[in-house]
Amino acid sequence: MSLVELADIRKRFGAVEVLKGISLTLEKGEIVAVIGRSGSGKSTMLRCINGLEKVQAGRIVVDGIDVTAPKADLNLLRQRAGMVFQSYNLFPHLNVERNVMLALKLVRKLDTSAAREVARAVVTKVGLADKLHAYPDELSGGQQQRVAIARSLAMQPTLMLFDEITSALDPELVGEVLRVLEGVASEGMTMMLVTHEMNFAKNVADRVIFMHEGRIHEDGPARETLLEPRTAELRSFLNAVLH
Amino acid sequence: MSYNFKFDVLLRYVPEILQGVFLTLQFSVITMLCGLAIGLIVAMASISPLMPLRACARIYVEALRNTPLLVQLFIVFFGLPSIGIRLGANTAALIALSINMGAYGAEILRAGFESVRQSQIEAGRSLGLTAGQTFRHVVLFQAVKTIYPALASQFVLIMLTTSVVSSIGATELFHQAAFIDSRTYRSFETYTLITISYLVLTLAFRAFFAGVYWVVFVRRPRR
Amino acid sequence: MIREFADADIVYLIEAARWTLLLALTATVGGGLLGIVVAVLRVIPFRPLNWLAIAWINLIQGTPLLGQLFVFFFGLPLVGLSVDAWTAAALSLSIYASAFFGEIWRGSLQSVSQRQWEAGAALGLTYAQRLGHVVLPQAIRISIAPTVGFLVQLVKNTSLTALIGFVELTRASQIISGATFAPLPVYLTAAVIYFIICFSLSQLAHMLERRLHVAR
Ligand SMILES: Nc1ncnc2c1ncn2[C@@H]1O[C@H](COP(=O)(O)OP(=O)(O)OP(=O)(O)O)[C@@H](O)[C@H]1O
Ligand SMILES: [Mg+2]
Repeated sequence: MSLVELADIRKRFGAVEVLKGISLTLEKGEIVAVIGRSGSGKSTMLRCINGLEKVQAGRIVVDGIDVTAPKADLNLLRQRAGMVFQSYNLFPHLNVERNVMLALKLVRKLDTSAAREVARAVVTKVGLADKLHAYPDELSGGQQQRVAIARSLAMQPTLMLFDEITSALDPELVGEVLRVLEGVASEGMTMMLVTHEMNFAKNVADRVIFMHEGRIHEDGPARETLLEPRTAELRSFLNAVLH
Repeated sequence: MSYNFKFDVLLRYVPEILQGVFLTLQFSVITMLCGLAIGLIVAMASISPLMPLRACARIYVEALRNTPLLVQLFIVFFGLPSIGIRLGANTAALIALSINMGAYGAEILRAGFESVRQSQIEAGRSLGLTAGQTFRHVVLFQAVKTIYPALASQFVLIMLTTSVVSSIGATELFHQAAFIDSRTYRSFETYTLITISYLVLTLAFRAFFAGVYWVVFVRRPRR
Repeated sequence: MIREFADADIVYLIEAARWTLLLALTATVGGGLLGIVVAVLRVIPFRPLNWLAIAWINLIQGTPLLGQLFVFFFGLPLVGLSVDAWTAAALSLSIYASAFFGEIWRGSLQSVSQRQWEAGAALGLTYAQRLGHVVLPQAIRISIAPTVGFLVQLVKNTSLTALIGFVELTRASQIISGATFAPLPVYLTAAVIYFIICFSLSQLAHMLERRLHVAR
């Protein structure tokens, strides 16, 4: 069975239909880049996958959990599917270590010393061992985003969702975050990332999904799809972002 | 100018003043707690999806914030007996003060909860925290930090405002002034001394609250 | 003689409300003038004067208005001023208001950013020109809504003067309540009159805040 299955999902905000029938499957270990114009529904799709938004129709199954079932265990789902946001969303009142430890203690029920050990390991992995006791507002945007990745990674999810996690960063800080992502990818994590970094998509992703007006317009191997777009819409989108 | 200011005769009444201070603090703390409890209910009603609940909350807040506490107090103490509700002065005072504080508490609490961004809640939920855990560990601390200054100044304000309940004979610090005045006939000195006592309380509590703020919200434990 | 609470009593209350308004108005003018002094002393670049203003503000905001009223009421005669309730009320409410106006206006002045001063300087304006043409117009704009908001507090607080015997709306209610033995309708009527005045002012403050915020 695939790790993620979306079957004909539809999502409306009021009268506006934002997702107009999305179907896709994601295999374990796959790295998928989601691209598309602003407003095409990329974030909404990600948010539906981890249950932050409710869909009006269709079925979503993640790691055996039926997200769309009325009694879905969303907390379990969210342990399996980590999510990192564009705006980092670190908890401002907790230092780096405690940001990471919070869910380990509350959700995975680790005791303090075990949680601290995990926290130190993941924070070291994203290259911030020297910032363990710093508070979010003492870090640069790139560092905050790396902590957010570590915080999500610490939960040992089977799937990670990234929503434009470099878009809020100054250009010189994008590289450090992408390198962390590459590291996570190389360890076999299943990843779905909305991104505007076409080079990253081309080099790191296995597969590219191009969304257009609430539908999946193209879906194929990363290099091929980006180098030889089949549809005029993707071609014009790529022209717009590359120039 | 022939008047001799005499504060020394008041020295005998230090125990009465201290007792008044204690009673005033008691009034203030109870008012603050009851007011916040009422405020929490009203604040929740005011963000409820149900229109009638929101309307009730709005009416409550507007009615209490746009009329004087003294008149509210008179309604409770002098007015309610005519419909069969007879209350002692202290009880009436506490009820009027709490209902009044409820309106301000509601606004403070609502502002606090609205100040915590939706994205913080989503971050908590997407880590698998339950709604309750997210509220306790993510929202509450940030909300309390935001409203703390307002709560602290509200407490001082309540402390000063409780003086008004002496007018119906409730026993607190300002009431002691009337008592001492009736014994000494030194009205000016008495009221000056009592008024200054409030100033001392105000300054002491401001310092205390600032200290607590520093310890809880500013100081950053490095571990 | 006990009599019914009648229309004539409502008229009496409304007439008493004029004293409430007059007192609030007097305190606004008196407190406003004094408040300008407080605000200026607070921002002027001379420390001792800043401290003086801070002490003034703390003294008034740190003590109950009721205490201030009694101190004036009993104190002024001692320094040889024959004082009726009106004078004591008007004086202490003005002093009370001065501290709050002073703080509101200081805040407004200081919320006009340093950059605006610098922008004015960059254009070669003198200090007075920068203050008069750049900073003050913005500060006044910012201060209008909170100033009107404070008037609500002021109107409500005039009720305390009833306790030193000044016959405004609350004292008038006490009098009628005593004559009619109908405290509930009397005080509710008084509450409604206060509400009409204060709610109008609150709404005005809200409206001004929205208006002045949008139009920048
Ligand atoms: N909570 C909401 N309420 C109403 N409309 C919404 C909401 N969230 C998103 N939308 C609308 O849904 C559409 C898709 O939004 P979405 O955020 O998924 O786009 P996106 O592809 O992620 O765009 P971007 O690149 O700008 O992030 C947009 O038209 C947006 O205005
Ligand atoms: Mg988006």
